[in-house]
Amino acid sequence: MANYEDIISKYQDLPGGIIEAYHALQREYSYIPEDAIRVAAEVFGIPTAKAWGVATFYSYLKVGKRGKNVIRICESAPCHVAGAAEVIAALEKELGIKMGETTPDGKFTLELCECVGQCQATPVITVNSKPYGDMTPEKVSGVLAEYR
Amino acid sequence: MAEEMRIVLRNYGKIDPLKIDDYIAAGGYKSLEKARSMKQTEVIEEVKKSNLRGRGGAGFNAGMKWNFSYQVQSEEKYVVCNADEGEPGTYKDRIIMENDPQSVIEGMAICGYAIGSKKGYIYCRGEYPYVVDTLNQAIAQAKAKGVLGDFDVEVRMGGGAYVCGEESALIESIEGHRGEPRFKPPFPPVIGLWQKPTIVNNVETFANIPIIIEKGGDWYKAIGAPNYPGTKVLTLTGDVNNRTFFEVPTNTTIREVIFGLGGGIAGGKKFKAVQIGGTSGGFIPESNLDTSIDFDSMNSIGAVLGSGAVFVMDESRDIVDVVARIAKFFEHESCGKCSPCREGTKRMHEMMERLNAGEGSAEDVELLGRLGKVMSVACLCGLGQAAPAPVLTTIKNFNADYQAKFN
Repeated sequence: MANYEDIISKYQDLPGGIIEAYHALQREYSYIPEDAIRVAAEVFGIPTAKAWGVATFYSYLKVGKRGKNVIRICESAPCHVAGAAEVIAALEKELGIKMGETTPDGKFTLELCECVGQCQATPVITVNSKPYGDMTPEKVSGVLAEYR
Repeated sequence: MAEEMRIVLRNYGKIDPLKIDDYIAAGGYKSLEKARSMKQTEVIEEVKKSNLRGRGGAGFNAGMKWNFSYQVQSEEKYVVCNADEGEPGTYKDRIIMENDPQSVIEGMAICGYAIGSKKGYIYCRGEYPYVVDTLNQAIAQAKAKGVLGDFDVEVRMGGGAYVCGEESALIESIEGHRGEPRFKPPFPPVIGLWQKPTIVNNVETFANIPIIIEKGGDWYKAIGAPNYPGTKVLTLTGDVNNRTFFEVPTNTTIREVIFGLGGGIAGGKKFKAVQIGGTSGGFIPESNLDTSIDFDSMNSIGAVLGSGAVFVMDESRDIVDVVARIAKFFEHESCGKCSPCREGTKRMHEMMERLNAGEGSAEDVELLGRLGKVMSVACLCGLGQAAPAPVLTTIKNFNADYQAKFN
């Protein structure tokens, strides 16, 4: 069970702290490992089904493996009209994967998301939650190079 | 010509947000001190008198809300700052928190004193980890300075659920549950977080409080539109020259916002539509641009002020395509608790995609209208009730775009 319990138990005494624990797990692994949900259920004294229900309710939290670097592309209306589709196509081409997939080397995952609140510079992508604004297909390789 | 008026953003660019001494030197925390020298009821009266209405979108009188919690006898009460800014095209709360976090914390502490609460939570969206860091540093500095007295503030991270902007869903999330809205009544000011009286106000609402206490409710209510006084922070997106934020008095018109401060339509094109208030706002045609942005004036044209997002579309935009995208958003963000929303957003998205692909018919448009009307009255919370607005207002105001898809 790795050190899931070490991470989770820090939040044990925090009322309603299970979501904070999930964030901490995700900061460590870039996702929430399935086994960690069982540990969280034990630590917080709730049924596994409930711990699972909480984890899967929130779209910023991801249960199950993801790449080391998570690239999210906003497809909300302001980014949509600003050309998000071209940026999506460029990312898919550059990484050789489709939205929702992870590169075979486990380095990158591509995901669609809704507004990330950086709308002064649409279209926007985030890499590990760090925003990159005014994205164009031409800028994609430069951004990826920072994480390769 | 419209001009900016910075009340909420009064310290923007003037102080280092991570230095509490800067905030204090600019007069910060004097209002909290003043509030604590007043009776609780006097503080509430002052906020009521200012007629400050909630800046998150619902527009409820803040002082009246506080009074509900004040009147409940309870050992524990809570003050919650709604910083789960997830409305597409909106980033005003981020701008406020990044540039002047102490003003929000001071506003919360004043509310805490007024209602009799010693514990505050800031529920900040998970997509803003950098804002969470800023808030935590600001809180640590305020505690170290001792300015908060016995009022404690803690930051909790949201998980990327749009519905958690709804106050009872937000409360569920702080409690560690799925963020599903509660049945109301009871309302949170009476029975809220952990079943205790809880005030949930938006970031921008709290940021208004210190200056209202400093200068008085009469001063505040003289600014902007009488029935929704003060200023509003707007964020401009889409086909407008100045894609940035502005803070304007609430009697500013939509036209002044787009063509004055916004610098008009980009690329020399013509205006087609503007959606205000976020992705659940109505689409507004040219003929309504001289409406003032205040809450009631916007409602009178079948639109909303909402979060203050201003999404501008030029003549080249395909309205049906944009609304299809918005319909997908609502299907994704529906929490699934009530069936009118869970099923309604799904079917609405289905029909919008069909129309957008040129495979729809006039019958679909008619059905969308009926579905929208049902959802706006039958859904449990504001998400489902407002979700049909973009569809209904575009069928009404931009019908030619729909006709073009099947003629």
